[in-house]
Amino acid sequence: MIQNVWLIPAFPLAAFLINGLFGRRWLHKWTGIIASVAVGLSALVAIGVFLEVLGGAERTTVTLYEWIGVGDFHSSVAALVDPLSSVMLLVVTVVSFLIFVYSNGYMEHDHGFARFFTWLSLFVFAMLILVMADNYLLMFVGWEGVGLCSYLLIGFWFERPEPYVAAKKAFVMNRIGDWGYTIGMITIFLVFGSMQFVDVFEHVDIATEANLTLICLALFFGATGKSAQLPLYSWLPDAMEGPTPVSALIHAATMVTAGVYLVARSMPLFEAAGPSLQVVGTVGAVTAIFAATIALVQFDIKRVMAYSTVSQLGYMFLALGVGAPVAAIFHLATHAFFKALLFLGSGSVIHGLGGEQDMRKMGGLRRKMPVTFWTMLLAGGALAALPPLAGFWSKDAILATAFVNGHLALWAVGIVTAVLTAFYVTRAMWMTFYGEPRDHHLYDHAHESPAVMTLPLIALAVGTVVLGILVGFPPEQGFIDTFLGPVFEGEGGHVPEVATLVTLAVVSVAAGLLGILAGLSMYVRHRPDPAAVSRASGPFYRLLVNKYFIDELYDRRIVDVIRAAFGAMWAFDIHVIDGLANRIGWVAALGGGALRRAQTGIVGNYALTIVAGLLVILVAYGGYAVGIFTR
Amino acid sequence: MAVPLGAFIAVSAVLFFIGTAGVLVRRNAVVILMSVELMLNATNLALVAFSRRYSSIDERGSVFVVFIFVVAAAEVAVGLAIVLSAYRNRPTVDVDEIRQMRG
Repeated sequence: MIQNVWLIPAFPLAAFLINGLFGRRWLHKWTGIIASVAVGLSALVAIGVFLEVLGGAERTTVTLYEWIGVGDFHSSVAALVDPLSSVMLLVVTVVSFLIFVYSNGYMEHDHGFARFFTWLSLFVFAMLILVMADNYLLMFVGWEGVGLCSYLLIGFWFERPEPYVAAKKAFVMNRIGDWGYTIGMITIFLVFGSMQFVDVFEHVDIATEANLTLICLALFFGATGKSAQLPLYSWLPDAMEGPTPVSALIHAATMVTAGVYLVARSMPLFEAAGPSLQVVGTVGAVTAIFAATIALVQFDIKRVMAYSTVSQLGYMFLALGVGAPVAAIFHLATHAFFKALLFLGSGSVIHGLGGEQDMRKMGGLRRKMPVTFWTMLLAGGALAALPPLAGFWSKDAILATAFVNGHLALWAVGIVTAVLTAFYVTRAMWMTFYGEPRDHHLYDHAHESPAVMTLPLIALAVGTVVLGILVGFPPEQGFIDTFLGPVFEGEGGHVPEVATLVTLAVVSVAAGLLGILAGLSMYVRHRPDPAAVSRASGPFYRLLVNKYFIDELYDRRIVDVIRAAFGAMWAFDIHVIDGLANRIGWVAALGGGALRRAQTGIVGNYALTIVAGLLVILVAYGGYAVGIFTR
Repeated sequence: MAVPLGAFIAVSAVLFFIGTAGVLVRRNAVVILMSVELMLNATNLALVAFSRRYSSIDERGSVFVVFIFVVAAAEVAVGLAIVLSAYRNRPTVDVDEIRQMRG
């Protein structure tokens, strides 16, 4: 099965081509079925590959063909199959399949149905290339491909202004990050002479520490763009302008985790590169708490989830930074399930309310949409890290490693973030599903979504419940550790005391419960009343509602400056470069105008000119000849 | 007694200048074409005379005269076609009247 690993991206690619070429005119509703079946087949192959790796298959490189061969430089289209990539393949294909099925219902009445599934298939193809690639160059192809699809799908409803502005913002910010990736990739090539993961990681010791630090920081900068970390996070909340399944698939479960995967994949470099991992961990922790505080005060249900995603991605980078790549990938996988579920659940609510996203107009919906409610409740519990749901095991693994490896500050930030997380998820769930309906017109028309949408919710909910305990128990020695651990050999192998682990788990569960209780107290019993709290905290509340004014800061300090600089360049181009070209043309036109008068149109004049010219030549030649002969 | 070369050249030159003068002073396009023909034949006469005088084998120089016949025939064909289409455009063959090409 491993030799057939290229079938996995081949199915979505075929679906992309079929839907793209024939979808709009002939296939219509069939595009959704074709795309879903294709991704389903990919998922089956991915399961096969995963089982084979599980059965002890060696790390394998499956080369499709040589892509570039110039002198000593060779780059192939080749897949690296090892535990890490097989886990990623499995998560991407399974979650994608469920979201594809769901989209058949969610996008049913959209006139861009065929276009939607075309881009979505292309996205899955690019994402699979990204996680399969055996070198940085091919990975970059997937990296750019998912960025492109993200742009296309955020701007899916381009008739309205907000989506295409958001799409442009996402694309530009991702390009800034890609600049970092490119620098890192080129430096890798200059230092190691190869871009293959295997080659590079085997020769880490030939690079100086300065080189490695440059490489790692550049790659990490690329990761902050793709995975929405500080300072390049602000495109992700705006990306919620896209259709909700896109938010679930691209901006929660798969694409935004590409940065985490990149850093995890490059772990041998990062471990050798001195302070790089500390930078990764610190940025992750700061992003986690930063985004969680913004999520506290959002009223758009999708924005809450978006900031939550930024925050959870921060946890993953925190995990990478404290030397727990296994926990990072574990959290990536569980997060893919429960956050996709939260988004799809939000989508189900939005669908049932005819497009309303403002939580202030919801309330009491649990009676109207029981399936959505129960599945989202499980996902919310997982996000708040309640045992035995998936989020608990992965988040606890991260925080435990942070504590055990001595990163107490990062651990403390993680615990505080856990309280905030539990609070905002409680708030969102309460405002949406409990209490009295705040908008009776919306409430009366609310309806549960069709089975094509609720079945994926149930499937994801099953994953949310069992995934953590299945692969993450017992902590530090669970399946995921024994399976992924060997990929990251060199990691500190000592297993902490059981008592320590239990204590840490109790602390993080207590943090989650504290957040939930605070949320319930504020929103159920109004003690203290949320409105009063926001009034009392005055400027701080305004700071949060305005998202720390980061967008305004970027606009003022960066976008405007760049715009002014390019305005000056534009003026130079118009007045100096174009002016010069125009002036030369003007001189030519003037000369032509003067010479034009010679063309009188009278044939006699032309004939006379010819004869006169002939005479001049004759006289000149005659004089010359005579001169020659007399000498 | 052979006619001296200079006599041929003199006749040729006279014919050539008559032709040139015709091209310059006449305004009827057809006459101008005839004058051009006169100039070409003046050249032919000179070429034949030189060939007779200087060519060592079989007066090969007169081959050029054949070339000029061909060129002259082509020139007349094209020239008359132009004159004809100009005439259809405006019913005149006076070259001073045909001034559409003025710059």
